[in-house]
Amino acid sequence: MTGTMAAVGAGLAVIGAGLGIGRIGGSAMDAIARQPEATTKIQTAMIIAAALIEGAALFAIVVALIAK
Amino acid sequence: MKTRDLISLVFFLLLAGSTISAFGSEAEENIKEKEKAEPEGEFDASTFIMDHIADSHEWHLLTKKDGESIAIYLPVILYTKENGLDIFSSKKLAHGQVHKGYKLEEEGDLKGSIVSVNEEGQINEEKLPLDLSITKTVVGLFSAAIIGLLLFLSLARSYKKTGISHPKGIQSFLEPIILFVRDDIAISNIGEHKYEKYMPYLLTVFFFILINNLMGLIPFPPPFGANVTGNIAVTFVLAVFTFIITQFSGNKNYWKHVFATPGVPLWLLPVMIPVEIIGIVSKPFALMIRLFANITAGHIIVLSLVCLIFIFKSLGVAPVSILFVIFMDCLELLVAFLQAYVFTLLSALFISMAVQDHH
Repeated sequence: MTGTMAAVGAGLAVIGAGLGIGRIGGSAMDAIARQPEATTKIQTAMIIAAALIEGAALFAIVVALIAK
Repeated sequence: MKTRDLISLVFFLLLAGSTISAFGSEAEENIKEKEKAEPEGEFDASTFIMDHIADSHEWHLLTKKDGESIAIYLPVILYTKENGLDIFSSKKLAHGQVHKGYKLEEEGDLKGSIVSVNEEGQINEEKLPLDLSITKTVVGLFSAAIIGLLLFLSLARSYKKTGISHPKGIQSFLEPIILFVRDDIAISNIGEHKYEKYMPYLLTVFFFILINNLMGLIPFPPPFGANVTGNIAVTFVLAVFTFIITQFSGNKNYWKHVFATPGVPLWLLPVMIPVEIIGIVSKPFALMIRLFANITAGHIIVLSLVCLIFIFKSLGVAPVSILFVIFMDCLELLVAFLQAYVFTLLSALFISMAVQDHH
């Protein structure tokens, strides 16, 4: 039972991270379209933000792995 | 143009063919392993995957049809207070044998760790021997270190000989990456006046993670294929390095920000100081979890896709699963670079928070 719950939890964590990183990616696309000359700076900031969100999601996934 | 297209097509087919045959041999290995583990029963994918990801005292190559396995047995180094140092081959512990009062546990919570047993064969669970063995991960780690040393010592030698004017061979591949770490990670975060002191650490950690990630992606001949950066102990040590460097380079402003955050009323400080201290520790903690979970997740996905063939027990699934594996491997190639970049970038960011001047 805990295994199933853990799987559901991992799925929920992925939904959250997907929404977050999706928004970052979309906004970065907008920003690059408006200012193509700032592409490298925007990309760096995008990757940092995405990595931080991903970290939160990975915490959840590690908890799900441990709770198998 | 046409002939060039043709050549690239042939090349691609050859490459695809070799990948498929490589996976074919791995697949055969899977079947045999399955037959050995459970002669008639279900194929247990999760145990199979976890066995491949976890560290072990032997490097398993394949299992023969009669259930006999071919493996490289790595040295076991144990230390206990009573017996002192014990060094022997892990072959003596294979198949649950007891050697010198030690046993490799194969079931339960202590699976994969070496325990001491008494004459009656009872396990002494309280006092586990200190295990300093050269395990699969350690072999991968050493090989990565040797590859890194060879690469960069030869690089240094050729720079000494020819100067910086004409990059040649491996130089022209590594120079842009080193410059990228310097310009886009160190200078743009730490600043032009202070970055130099931290360059050795940032370059080392970047290339260490990169080499280990890439070596983990190559499935077969040892020392490739060990899950080094997907081992929480390895990423823990890397994160501890970042933590120590950050704390020791912290200047007055940094500590003032922690213990007397500017603009915060005095009565709020009992709340703010613990929060700031948690922040100091949780940043490297997140670094550790991020690298570990990303690399482990990648290995799990690739192995699960291979396992699909054995779960469905049909050859028809094989092409689909292999295509997905190739796709995932390409994605993992990107992740290997990205995680090395993110770890280095965030380390530089934490260091920059510690060294930046008052503004």
